[in-house]
Amino acid sequence: MNYWSWERFSDALPYVLSGLGTTVMVTLSSFLFALLFGLVWTFLRRIPNRGFNWTITWIMEFIRSTPPLVQLFFIYYAWPVIPVVGMTLSPFASAVIGLGVHFSTYIGEIYRSGIESVGQGQWEAAKALNFSLIDKWRRIILPQAFPPTVPMLGNYFIIMFKEVPLASTIGVTGILHMANSFGSQHFNLIEALTIVGIIFLALSYPSAYLIKKLELKLNNRY
Amino acid sequence: MSEPIVQYKDVHKSFGDVKVLKGIDLDIHPAEKVAVIGPSGSGKTTIIRMLMTLEEPTSGDIIVDGTNLWKMEKNGAMVDANEKHLRQVRGDIGMVFQHFNLFPHMTILENCMTAPINVKGEDKKEVEQRSMEMLERVGLGDKFDNYPSQLSGGQKQRVAMARALVMRPKVMLFDEVTSALDPELVGEVLEVIRDIAKNDDMAMVLVTHEMDFALDIADKVLFLDEGVIAEQGSAADVIEHSENPRLREFLSRFRN
Repeated sequence: MNYWSWERFSDALPYVLSGLGTTVMVTLSSFLFALLFGLVWTFLRRIPNRGFNWTITWIMEFIRSTPPLVQLFFIYYAWPVIPVVGMTLSPFASAVIGLGVHFSTYIGEIYRSGIESVGQGQWEAAKALNFSLIDKWRRIILPQAFPPTVPMLGNYFIIMFKEVPLASTIGVTGILHMANSFGSQHFNLIEALTIVGIIFLALSYPSAYLIKKLELKLNNRY
Repeated sequence: MSEPIVQYKDVHKSFGDVKVLKGIDLDIHPAEKVAVIGPSGSGKTTIIRMLMTLEEPTSGDIIVDGTNLWKMEKNGAMVDANEKHLRQVRGDIGMVFQHFNLFPHMTILENCMTAPINVKGEDKKEVEQRSMEMLERVGLGDKFDNYPSQLSGGQKQRVAMARALVMRPKVMLFDEVTSALDPELVGEVLEVIRDIAKNDDMAMVLVTHEMDFALDIADKVLFLDEGVIAEQGSAADVIEHSENPRLREFLSRFRN
């Protein structure tokens, strides 16, 4: 009965934790990428051209319906061998682009739902008061469109955080990668993987709580 | 008589296959108070929405203070107006909506101040003072710090009028502004409109179902029926002397 050893647990802890910085960086960078790239989707889909709109919708659908793991492999292994446009990317950059683009398609939808939640009357009032295009968005539409999206964005942040271990498959040295490496050195994975689970719980749960708090605060503004 | 501030010239409007307006010719003079009456679906609201640039006419011209609203000159030819042109002309027009359309994320003072400051680039202090005066005038000076969600429907509509007035339009449009209100709140809104009509020198166009009120304050009454102006004239002409059977029938529904 030596499948569990507290000694090995305490050896594994600092080792696995040494990957935490990378995991957090990949998460934050990918999410930032997704937030920005989501804007691009939202903007492209607002261009009033049926064929163009249809094309964008299907590109988004394609990205969303393909497993992120396959996308990561494609970016890391297949992209470099494509002539002209191909280039070799570091594991970190591949992970950020792969996860960022994948989740940007969901985030673009969230932005769209936020914009659509602003009633027709608000657009008409903005026009009647002769707002410029930029001021209409900045002062009337976005301040109303953004708050309802916060809980959804928060949920995707946590979902994405839990997908970050996929990046270990292309060699990003996050906590899962470190746990695997510890396990193969000590011929036992149970402690290291348990630590990974605990770290994810310890970070996801408070994040979800904070998002809930933020949501309540935003809902009671006016 | 003075030059008209707004002219409609043979304006048509269709939504898909449905012809809503079938040739509107209309002059609105500065300071004139025009009431538009008629059965539902006769196109009353569409007339003023085209002037506010919320709907584009299918054909015809709308001239605002000598400038064609929906068309502009480019290389010697008349082409569809772009947003820049629309913004220039639209500045003379203000509108109050059936459903108020206040900005829920701003206090009522901010609702009044945002457009003069951000659209017209006016001085903040001056705008704030003017906005407070307007809110006092509609009886809501003490509520300046409230959000729209804290007000009744009648109060919201009074704020919406203050917001439109602070912009100092030359023509103010009222789109069935009491239709969404509880009956006991209609009076307070009509009082404000009456006050504006009596004391302000801008032109006003009211689309309304408040027949007695409209006839009371209007210089000119239009009876719109099936997409055309079936009758127009002073309130007395239209009400007392018209022989139009559709108008007589329409009015009789309000008189019993």
